[in-house]
Amino acid sequence: MAQRKPFRWHIAVFLAPAVLVYTAIMIVPLIGTLNLSLFNLTEAGERVFVGLRNFATLFGDPRWSESFWNALANNGWFFLVHMLVQNPVGVMLAALLSSPRLRMAAFYRTAIFIPTILSFVIVGFVWKLILSPIWGIAPGMLDAVGLKALFAPWLGREEYALTTLALISVWQFVGIPMMLIYAALLSIPDEVIEAAEMDGVTGWSQFRKIKLPLILPSIGIISILTFVGNFNAFDLIYVSQGALAGPNFSTDILGTFLYRTFFGFQLQLGDPHMGATIATAMFGIILVGVCVYLFAIQTRLRRYQF
Amino acid sequence: MTGTFRLALLASTVLGGAAAAQDVTLTIESWRNDDLQIWQDTIIPAFEAANPGIKVDFAPSAPAEYNAVLNSKLDAGSAGDLITCRPFEASLELFSKGRIADLSDLAAMANFPDVAKSAWQTDDGAATFCVPMASVIHGFMYNKTAFDELGLTPPKTVDEFYAVLDRIKEDETYIPMAMGAADQWEAATMGYQNIGPTYWKGEEGRKALIDGSQKLTDEPWVEPFRQLAKWRDYLGDGFEAQTYPDSQNLFTLGRAAIYPTGSWEIGVFGPQIAGAFEMGAFPPPVAAEGDTCYISDHTDIAMGMNAGTEHPEEARKFLEWVGSAEFATLYANALPGFFSLNATAVEMQDPLAQEFVSWRETCEPTIRSTYQILSRGTPNLENETWNASANVITGAETPEEAAARLQQGLASWYEPQK
Amino acid sequence: MSTARHSTTRSLAAHGVLILYTVIALFPVFVIVVNSFKSRRAIFADPLALPTSETFDMVGYQTVLKQGDFLLYFQNSMIVTVASLFFVLLFGAMAAFALSEYRFRGNLLMGLYLALGIMIPIRLGTVAILQIMVASGLVNTLTALILVYTAQGLPLAVFILSEFMRGVSDDLKNAGRIDGLSEYTIFLRLVLPLVRPAMATVAVFTMIPIWNDLWFPLILAPSEATKTITLGSQVFIGQFVTNWNAVLAALGLAIVPVLVLYLIFSRQLIRGITAGAVK
Repeated sequence: MAQRKPFRWHIAVFLAPAVLVYTAIMIVPLIGTLNLSLFNLTEAGERVFVGLRNFATLFGDPRWSESFWNALANNGWFFLVHMLVQNPVGVMLAALLSSPRLRMAAFYRTAIFIPTILSFVIVGFVWKLILSPIWGIAPGMLDAVGLKALFAPWLGREEYALTTLALISVWQFVGIPMMLIYAALLSIPDEVIEAAEMDGVTGWSQFRKIKLPLILPSIGIISILTFVGNFNAFDLIYVSQGALAGPNFSTDILGTFLYRTFFGFQLQLGDPHMGATIATAMFGIILVGVCVYLFAIQTRLRRYQF
Repeated sequence: MTGTFRLALLASTVLGGAAAAQDVTLTIESWRNDDLQIWQDTIIPAFEAANPGIKVDFAPSAPAEYNAVLNSKLDAGSAGDLITCRPFEASLELFSKGRIADLSDLAAMANFPDVAKSAWQTDDGAATFCVPMASVIHGFMYNKTAFDELGLTPPKTVDEFYAVLDRIKEDETYIPMAMGAADQWEAATMGYQNIGPTYWKGEEGRKALIDGSQKLTDEPWVEPFRQLAKWRDYLGDGFEAQTYPDSQNLFTLGRAAIYPTGSWEIGVFGPQIAGAFEMGAFPPPVAAEGDTCYISDHTDIAMGMNAGTEHPEEARKFLEWVGSAEFATLYANALPGFFSLNATAVEMQDPLAQEFVSWRETCEPTIRSTYQILSRGTPNLENETWNASANVITGAETPEEAAARLQQGLASWYEPQK
Repeated sequence: MSTARHSTTRSLAAHGVLILYTVIALFPVFVIVVNSFKSRRAIFADPLALPTSETFDMVGYQTVLKQGDFLLYFQNSMIVTVASLFFVLLFGAMAAFALSEYRFRGNLLMGLYLALGIMIPIRLGTVAILQIMVASGLVNTLTALILVYTAQGLPLAVFILSEFMRGVSDDLKNAGRIDGLSEYTIFLRLVLPLVRPAMATVAVFTMIPIWNDLWFPLILAPSEATKTITLGSQVFIGQFVTNWNAVLAALGLAIVPVLVLYLIFSRQLIRGITAGAVK
C-alpha cells in the first residue's frame, strides 16, 4: 500500500454522479443561504456585511437567546425520549421478529412499519383526533377501563405537550430502527448462532453476548440518524401545534424556531438573515454531533466481516 | 428527456397555436383554498365570458404556507400574475421590494373609500398596490334554537353577557362558549380583537397606541385580557387542547351555544348545520346599555399584480374588474361574510350576513389593533398577542403580566412607545 | 422436552408483545379509515364505531374525487418517487463503494462532505433551488422534483450504504481482483448483491419523505399536470377546513398508494434481506 499508485480513475467515476448532483442542487444553494447569516439589512434596506454580529444578536440579545435556548433544551428532551424509548423498543421488536421460526413475522413487520410511511399531516391529524378532549377517543377508552381521571388535554398543557409529541414521533418512526436492526440481525450467519447454541448460550444471554456486539455498528448508525433527524425535526410539531409551537412555546424546537424566523409567520415577515444565523447554529450543533460519531465512535467500533 | 418534452410542447403550441394564439392565462396566487370551487364555478366564468381571450387559473395554497411559498416564488420569478394580498406589512414589504406593482392609477381604485385602501398603501398613502376585495367583521354567533329553549335573548351589555353564560352553564345541556387555546389565534383574533375595541374605543385607541399616547399596560388594553380570563369558566373540558376546527364543530353540531368568531364562518357554517338549528349573531357587548358599540371590521383581503408578470395588460384588466361593482356583488354573495369594501352598496341575500353588516350602521368600525405599523419589528406584536391571549385564557399568565410583556416587547423597537 | 415447552412459552410471549405493538401501530390508521366512511354526525357522535347502514356515507370520497384528477396525481407521485429512488440508489451505492473500498487522500473529508446534507434541511435552499429551476426552465416539470429528491436522498444513502459495505468481506473482493475482474465488475457483481438488504432499507427510507413531501411540489411543480398526490390532497387540510369527511377521505386515499408502494418494496426488501443472510 505504501508505494504510489497511478491515478485511480474508477474512484472518480464512482464518486462523480453523486458529488455533482449533490453539490449543484444541495450544497451550492445551502451555502448561499448560510452565507446570509453574515449579512443584514441597513435601515435603508441595503444588504451589508455584518460579520458575526447576527450571532452576537442570537446569543446576546435575550429576546433571541431565550427562544434559542428554549428550543435547544426542548430539542434535547425530544432527542432523549427517542433514545430512551424509540431505539430500545426498535431493537426489542427486531430481536423478536428475527427469532427463527416465528410465524406471521412478515405481517408484524409490515404492520409495525406502517406508521413510518404515513405523512406528518396524517399523523398530526389523527393523533390530535385521538387525544382530543372533545371527540373523546382517548378519554372514552380510559373511561372504559376506569381510568378517566388519568386523562388530561395533553397537547394543550405546557408540562405534557412536548413529551406527548415526542412519543407520537416515536410511534411514527420506531419502524426505522426496527428495520435496520432486523437487517443487521438477519445478516449474522447461522453458524455463529449454531455455535453459540452448542455452547448452551441461548435466549437473552445469547442476544447480549453474541448478537448485541455484532449489531453495535447498526445501533451506532441509528443513534446518529436519530440525533440528526431530531435536531432537524419540524413537520410533526408544525402540523400539530402550528408555527408558534404552543402552548406558550413549550414545544418549540430548533426546526420550528428556524422556520418561523426564516419564512416568517402571519404578520411576522421572514428574516432570511437571522433565519440563516439560526440555521448555521443548528448546523454547527449537528456537525459537532456527527463528528463525535465519525471520529470518536465509528472508528472504534469493531466490525466483523463475514 | 425534458428537452424533447419541451420541444414537443413547443411544436404543439406552434401547430395548434393559430386558434388559441390570443389566449392569455393569468394565474392567481391565493391562500383561500376553501374558495377554490367558488372561483372556478362562479367568479372566473363570469370574467371569462366578458373577456374572451383571457383565461384565469385560481391556484391556492394552504393559508399557513401561503406567505412562505409566495415569497419564495416571487424571489425566484415563478409566481403567478395576480397575487392575493394580505393586509399591511406582508404586502407592503412585497411592494417596497418591487415584487408587486403600483396600482394607484387603476381606474377602479376610485370605487373604494380611503379607509378600505389604507391596508394596501404606503405609509404616506402615495401609492396603492392592491385592489381591496373584502373585510370581515367580528362578533358572536349563537345557537338561536338553544337560546329559545332556555328562554334567553342575545345580550347587549357585558353583565347580560355573563348572565347568559351562567344560565347556559347551569342548565348543562350546552357548552356555554366554544373556544380553544390550542391554535392561539382564536384567542387573539376572535377573543382579544373581537371584544377589545369596545374597551380601547376602536380607532381612537388604536391610533393612540401608534402615536405613543397610550400604552398596552393602560386600562383599555388590559381589560380585554381580564375579560378573556373570565371566559375560562365557560369553555368546554380540555379547552387547552381544543383546536379551531374543534370549536367550529362544537358549534355547528349544536353542542355549544355561543361562538366568538368572525363573519367569514357564515358561508361555511350554513351548509354544515343544514337546518339542524337556527344561527344568530350579536355584536360585542358594551359596558352599559346605550354605550357606543365598537366592532372590528377588518380589511382582510385584496388583490395585486406581480411586478414581473408577462401579461400586465390583461392582469390590470382583471384587477379593474375586481374593483367593479359586478365583482363585489358576485363575491359578497358567493362568500357571505366577506363584505365588499366597494363604495357601491352591495345587495346581499344571506340574512346572517345582513345582520353582521348592519352593525356598521350602529357601531363604530375599526381594524385589528396590531396590524398597522405595530407588527413591523421583532418581537412581532401580533404573534406575541396570540401567545399572550392564549396564556391568559389558560391561566398561564395573568392579564397584567401579559400586557406588561407585550408593552416591553413593543417598546424594545417601536420609537413612540419607548 | 422442557426446552420445547420453554420455547413455546417464549414464542407465545413474543407473539403477545408483537400483537400488542401491532395494535398500537395500526389503531390510528383504523380510526382514519373507519371514520372516512361515516357521516359527519356519526364521526363526532361515536368515533370508534364501525360504519353501520345508517351512518355509512361516502360523501367525503365523493367530494375529494370531484376535486381533481387523483389518478394523474398518483401517477406523478409514482414517477417522481421511482425515478428519484433509482438515482439515489445507483449514485449513492457508487459513492459509498468508493468511500468504503478505497483508501485515498481526502476519503474521510469526502465522507463528511457527502454527509453534510443530512445536517441541514434542504428546505433552506429553496429560493436558490427555485432560481436554478427557473433558469433552466424546469419549473412545473417532474424533472425538477426528481433532481431535488435525488440530491436530498444521496447523503443518507451514502451514509448507510458505506457503513454496510465496510462489512463486505475483503477476501471476496480480493479473490475477484485476482481473477482479473475490473473494479466496476467487483462493484456490480460482487458487492451490490451482498448489500441488497441495506439497499432495500435505504430505498424504503428514501421513498417515504419523497412521497410525503408537500413543500417542493408546492414550490417547484404546483401546476395541475405535475401535482403530486400529497399536494393534491393538501387542498382539504387548510386553516379553515372543517369538512372532516373530505379530510379523512383524502387522508385515507393518501395512505393507500404509499401502502401499496411499501408492500411492493417490502417484498424486495425481505427477499433482499433473506438473500443476504444466506451466504
